[in-house]
Amino acid sequence: MALLEIKNLHARVAAPGGREILKGVDLTIDTGEVHAIMGKNGSGKSTLCQVLAGREAYEVTEGSVIYDGKDLLSLSAEERAREGIFLAFQYPVEIPGVSTDYFLKAAVNEVRKHRGEKELDAMQFLKLFKERRELLEIDNTFTRRAVNEGFSGGEKKRNEVFQMAVMNPRLGLLDETDSGLDIDALKTVAAGINKLHQQDAERAVLIVTHYQRLLNYVVPDFVHVMMDGRIVKSGGKELAIELEEKGYDWVEREVAQNV
Amino acid sequence: MTQLMEEKNVHLSNFHRFEKEANGDGATMPWLDELRKAGMARFDLVGFPAAKDENWRHTQLAPIVRTKFALAENDVNDAVLDAIKDFGFDREAISELVFVNGHYNAQLSKLGKLPRGVVVNSLAKALETEGDRIQKQLGRTADINANPFVALNSGFIRDGAYVFFPRGATLDQPIHLLFVDTGGDTPVISHPRILIVAEDNSEFALVTSFVGAGGQHFSNVVTEVVTGSDCRVDYTTLQHETPESFHVSTLQVKLGRASNFVSQAATLGGRVTRNDLNCVLAGEGAEATLNGLVIIGGEQHCDNHTLLDHASPNCPSHELYKHVLSGKSSGVFRGKILVRQIAQKTNSKQTSKSLLLSDDAYMNSQPALEIYADDVKCTHGSTVGPVDEDMMFYFRTRGVGKQQARDLLTYAFAADITRRIKIEPVRRRLEDFMATRAGLPQDLRITDLGAANEQHRT
Repeated sequence: MALLEIKNLHARVAAPGGREILKGVDLTIDTGEVHAIMGKNGSGKSTLCQVLAGREAYEVTEGSVIYDGKDLLSLSAEERAREGIFLAFQYPVEIPGVSTDYFLKAAVNEVRKHRGEKELDAMQFLKLFKERRELLEIDNTFTRRAVNEGFSGGEKKRNEVFQMAVMNPRLGLLDETDSGLDIDALKTVAAGINKLHQQDAERAVLIVTHYQRLLNYVVPDFVHVMMDGRIVKSGGKELAIELEEKGYDWVEREVAQNV
Repeated sequence: MTQLMEEKNVHLSNFHRFEKEANGDGATMPWLDELRKAGMARFDLVGFPAAKDENWRHTQLAPIVRTKFALAENDVNDAVLDAIKDFGFDREAISELVFVNGHYNAQLSKLGKLPRGVVVNSLAKALETEGDRIQKQLGRTADINANPFVALNSGFIRDGAYVFFPRGATLDQPIHLLFVDTGGDTPVISHPRILIVAEDNSEFALVTSFVGAGGQHFSNVVTEVVTGSDCRVDYTTLQHETPESFHVSTLQVKLGRASNFVSQAATLGGRVTRNDLNCVLAGEGAEATLNGLVIIGGEQHCDNHTLLDHASPNCPSHELYKHVLSGKSSGVFRGKILVRQIAQKTNSKQTSKSLLLSDDAYMNSQPALEIYADDVKCTHGSTVGPVDEDMMFYFRTRGVGKQQARDLLTYAFAADITRRIKIEPVRRRLEDFMATRAGLPQDLRITDLGAANEQHRT
């Protein structure tokens, strides 16, 4: 069964006269799959992630999104998160005064409450954090610091993946998690994504990226090209390599011919 | 005009009553008599600030001006005793002076065992024994011309506190001055006066608490702090008067060479609050840190005016004021940094941040720089707005609901000030107040939220 089924999704900036950004996205993701969306700046990749995560700055004007049999668009951002959708931000937000520890405890317990599970206590959290850190092979310095405050770009991205590991979502949306990472950080992040993905066949990952670089380490089952608010071409992992080599112009020409 | 007369007359007739009751201490201390009379004469001359007065126009003084206040009596009732129990520091203060409606209450106070030469006493008592020393300082830093409320307060100088630290004296536990105010059937007024004199190389922490125990009270407080060289003074103020009360305070600070002064001022209570904090960096290398936290709602109004007067070279100053406004409350921050021509190498940073939790809350924030020296570094910044939408969304994508996210972010916003407060009982009280207000668990302390980022920052 499809975990996520997006049909003819249109969305615009939620303001009077707001620009339409998504112009009919169709995408189906099954459990166990890794999808990558590639495309130029401004093609609507990040907006798609934000709309799926429930950002109210965008208004869905047409289309439907079914997630795990539910009408995703009728759920609030927090309900989507509790249902197992996780957005790793392109630009993670700094939250002075709230430690990553506290932030994640609140988050995990909200999800557990939603599922009717018992909330975890401080000791159980320590154990969970330790276990997840070991899985990702990252150090433990940032969980004691305020969320993302004063973090380097790489630290912020690693923190996103760490949060994903702790939240353990069914659908991970990774919005340019690779941008700004050096090769070592990229490998760590990629290994983390792979481990999380491989531990459970009921999960799926959607990776948004500019470059094929991350896809050397996280091998996608499907690669999609987004252009002007639509997915215009889909293929296997070889499509990413082709895009890296030849750029996007040939896809543009192909699309123009088909119209 | 006749109305203006009447408004002043309440206080002028209070003064005549006060003079009679002062038991002729003016006769034994003619200088004090003169100071009071000069204060009253000044107040009689200038009256309350006019509605258009630039320094006062953002504060609604009308209810203060119109109310016919009687002088507050030493009225110890159960509510007062409860407030003392509630706000007292007990063993967490070395000495704790308790004032009921501005009157020192010896039975309820603890003078404590202080180092040799250190004086912590009621001003009235200290005037009896060390009038000469007090004469040299009282009214010098807080001049009657500073503003009409200082003039009015000076007319009624009798009770309050006197704190003296001789050269080299230090304390490792705070001094607490606890003012418990209660209104009774009619609105009452008190004019506490606090004089703090620190000689060279002394170090201490002092807390003043102004708390309400019911009714309508107007506290018109004047505090003078004078330091010698190399002093370290930590001055914390907590104002939690009743929501009907008025609180006007003037804190005048004069710092000697290489002295370090930290002010942490929290306002939670009061219908109308106006705090003036004027700090003169008089000696070379003096350093001042002024932090403020205002958490108000309903119809409350709080106006903080600060002045950092850089009058010597090489002085750093840091200022951070945060306002959390809900309901129909309103806040004013006017922070002035004055760098005199002589004050080269001044390094001053001022920040004002305000959080508006409702559409009806209003904040007026005005930084002002006045610089006459050419080799200085001064920065200021001011932000006013609701809880950050990006932060909210970040929380929500992690499953935390809107309300809880807003509460946590509000707490974190204010905790940025409370975590800088060194006085444990004050910090605890503020954190509990913040948590209760937001419906957050009581055990949610800063250590849970961001203690780690303190290390990270410093």
